[in-house]
Amino acid sequence: MRIALFITCFNDTLFPGTGRAVVELLERLGHEVVFPDAQTCCGQMHANTGYQLEAVPLARRFVRVFGDADVVVSPSGSCVAMVRDQYPRLAELAEDPGLARAVDALVPRVLELTELLVDRLGAEDVGAVFPHRVTYHPTCHSLRLLGVGDRPLRLLRAVRGIDLVDLPDAQECCGFGGTFAVKNADVSMAMLSDKLRHVTATGAEVCVAGDNSCLMHMGGALRRQRAGVRVMHLAEVLAATG
Amino acid sequence: MSRGGFPAAARAALGDTQMRRNVGAATRTIRAKRAGVVSELKDWEALRDAGAAIKARALATLPEQLERLEAAVSAAGGVVHWARDAAEANAIVAGVAHAHDFREAIKVKSLATDEIGLNAALAHAGVEAIETDLAELIVQLAGDRPSHILVPAIHRNREEIRALFARTIAAGEKLSSDPPALAEAARRHLRAKFLSVPMAISGANFGVAETGTICVVESEGNGRFCITVPEVLVTVMGIEKVLAQWRDLEVMLQLLPRSSTGERMNPYTSLWTGVRSGDGPKEFHLVLLDNGRTDVLADEIGRQALHCIRCSACLNACPVYSRTGGHAYESVYPGPIGAILTPQLRGLDDAPTLPWASSLCGACYEVCPVKIDIPSVLVHLRGRVVREETSRLDPEAVAMRTVGRIFASQTRYERAQRLARAGRGPLARLPVGPLRGWTAMRDLPEVPAQSFRDWWRTR
Amino acid sequence: MTDARAAVLGRIRAALGPAPAVPEIPREYRGPGMDDAGDLPDRFIARVSDYRATVQESVAAALAARGFARIACAPGLDLDLPGVELVRDDPPLSADALLALDGIVTGCAVAVAETGTLVLDASPPCGRRALTLIPDYHLCVVRADQIVAGVPDAIASLDAAARAGRPITMISGPSATSDIELERVEGVHGPRTLDVVVVA
Repeated sequence: MRIALFITCFNDTLFPGTGRAVVELLERLGHEVVFPDAQTCCGQMHANTGYQLEAVPLARRFVRVFGDADVVVSPSGSCVAMVRDQYPRLAELAEDPGLARAVDALVPRVLELTELLVDRLGAEDVGAVFPHRVTYHPTCHSLRLLGVGDRPLRLLRAVRGIDLVDLPDAQECCGFGGTFAVKNADVSMAMLSDKLRHVTATGAEVCVAGDNSCLMHMGGALRRQRAGVRVMHLAEVLAATG
Repeated sequence: MSRGGFPAAARAALGDTQMRRNVGAATRTIRAKRAGVVSELKDWEALRDAGAAIKARALATLPEQLERLEAAVSAAGGVVHWARDAAEANAIVAGVAHAHDFREAIKVKSLATDEIGLNAALAHAGVEAIETDLAELIVQLAGDRPSHILVPAIHRNREEIRALFARTIAAGEKLSSDPPALAEAARRHLRAKFLSVPMAISGANFGVAETGTICVVESEGNGRFCITVPEVLVTVMGIEKVLAQWRDLEVMLQLLPRSSTGERMNPYTSLWTGVRSGDGPKEFHLVLLDNGRTDVLADEIGRQALHCIRCSACLNACPVYSRTGGHAYESVYPGPIGAILTPQLRGLDDAPTLPWASSLCGACYEVCPVKIDIPSVLVHLRGRVVREETSRLDPEAVAMRTVGRIFASQTRYERAQRLARAGRGPLARLPVGPLRGWTAMRDLPEVPAQSFRDWWRTR
Repeated sequence: MTDARAAVLGRIRAALGPAPAVPEIPREYRGPGMDDAGDLPDRFIARVSDYRATVQESVAAALAARGFARIACAPGLDLDLPGVELVRDDPPLSADALLALDGIVTGCAVAVAETGTLVLDASPPCGRRALTLIPDYHLCVVRADQIVAGVPDAIASLDAAARAGRPITMISGPSATSDIELERVEGVHGPRTLDVVVVA
């Protein structure tokens, strides 16, 4: 299969390792990855902070860049949720039926990584080896907006050597919420404090999630605390070969 | 709202360790109870779909429904009044008291009456409003404010309540801090009121247009006393509480108890129409209240906030509310529903920080029995605040436009990436970049030397 | 006042615009008559007991168990109880007279198995509302054929009473509050003891 990669602006700039992992993983499974380099940002930060009008040109750009792709994959549940959930509304706000039609045509082809692997590629065992104690945090967008369900856990369970432990109160938000982490920093930290208490209680060495935005928030505090727990994107675990 | 808005109020609230324990434990307990009784109903999602449509239809046909309700209540001997705002509603209630020369009225808990500041207005008019819900009684005696819409005194523990009762309603008595003993003290004190005060004031959970039936859902029995024993009853009902048909109750009376107290059914539900000889008040007044609801209705996306049936499931599910409690929202309506209703009822300029009092996690939408898409309304209201209340010269607005221009061009984007590596440029100053709020409590990732696209091009 | 009425209705119409979309109501949930709840009396007894009502064998047994001998009675309820003084609420008893008796016995209009709910509709066997509110003990007699499966069935059966404007009271257990530290306390107002008898 020919798969277009939407890396996302913050992965491109801050977490390129996640992108490399996605490419390695998909090529190992025998697929071709393409990277349309005119891509920039899906517009989520603008749209969720109240700047929906400023997000419209970014939506138009995304649709233009990826419009011809057979399938688009992204290692970010929140960015896929932006496309799936908010692009139709942005088209309405812009009163642009052409954009609306283009969005409707593209949305079914835009998938989060675990959706692609499990639903389209039929793979739960991707040949990964990762002999570490791991706990998994389901990020809110993937859990509630995309409804990825247990796909990430099924993929993780098939990883050779992994010691997977359940995260208590896993479904509680970590407190990132984009600009929420700075506009309501105190509440964000109160939520993070409880989330990290649960993470460290599992005895896990690695905390895994499908969104680097949440991981940046969780990992940043774990590092500050010198907690001895590291964070890792799900793609990087699945790409690991021991 | 006060200076500093929600962020400042929340910071203060987070430091109140007793409130955090109480609210955290309360929300966790009710969440679990709700989950249990909801899982019993295999048709729960179908009920939610029906509930959402029932409310949407009632609102879409609101003028007709209110006129039908008015006709049916009047035909049954009730008197219907209309109030554009809080002042008018308060004047109507005070007017009824004055017409009979009443100096006291007993009250069933009603958020609508809290919203309009009824008790204070009545006091001003020489009428004492006596709260009869146990938690409202506690809050009233303490001169305090409610912190949760369902368990308003949850921020107080039993010792505080014992001390409060000992200096007020149970003065001179020996009183333990056992909840049953405290409830018994309240029962004795209030029974005397129930059987003697000639006027009562209530709110309404639902008003059925087809039959003129008003419905009050409760647990303690004080509601039943208030609407049955006194000779005069006044009900203040928000116009959005109307249901079109009697049959709609078959959905609502399943959704509400399971979502609010986590029971299959609450202890007492009372339904009445107008007045009835030999049973209940001789005089019934229904006050239909606008007070900003028509402003909410005018916003096509925001109007779903009026579907709310005041169950408080969203409060209990919210990771923000369960840590800050209700006072931080500075409104009669706290939590997720409060964050979308308060700014629309009072005006965006009055509560501009509330739409941001959320990480958009979506837990509220998952549990809302009438499927209010709270996260979408929050994002929509953020857009309205930016468009209607924020200057183009606001630093954030300038930064957002700058970043938008960068993302609109591959060349500008790649240049900004290179600048970010050097710790410079607009991308380095993004809201989740090196700002005080972030680095005060978290380490920041270093910008890697090679971006993904650099790697892609060189592989 | 007519100004306010016209103003509010005018605002509503302006807010809704000329052609607001009126949605259909999807009714995929279990409606009246659709529920197969098995043996309804058994389910009702189990559920009503869940909410701290006590199911007794008979009216006589209930009163004997409680040690009650003087009880008020809804005007339309016919009972034969040797050894028990039955005081019919006709003419209506004062609050003091009610409190001087051991409690109240009524029938009901309908009972809901799914939720363990009793529904009274101010008909003669149920009596006026204050009757089941002022006393501290309520004994409710439920005929097996009055038990319906779920809330939709009950609402449907109450349709006529609602249209006739009869006040309706739904009772699910004795009154309760969880306002103090979330600890459930029974019997704040309203009868603290609720007994139910199911008869054929």
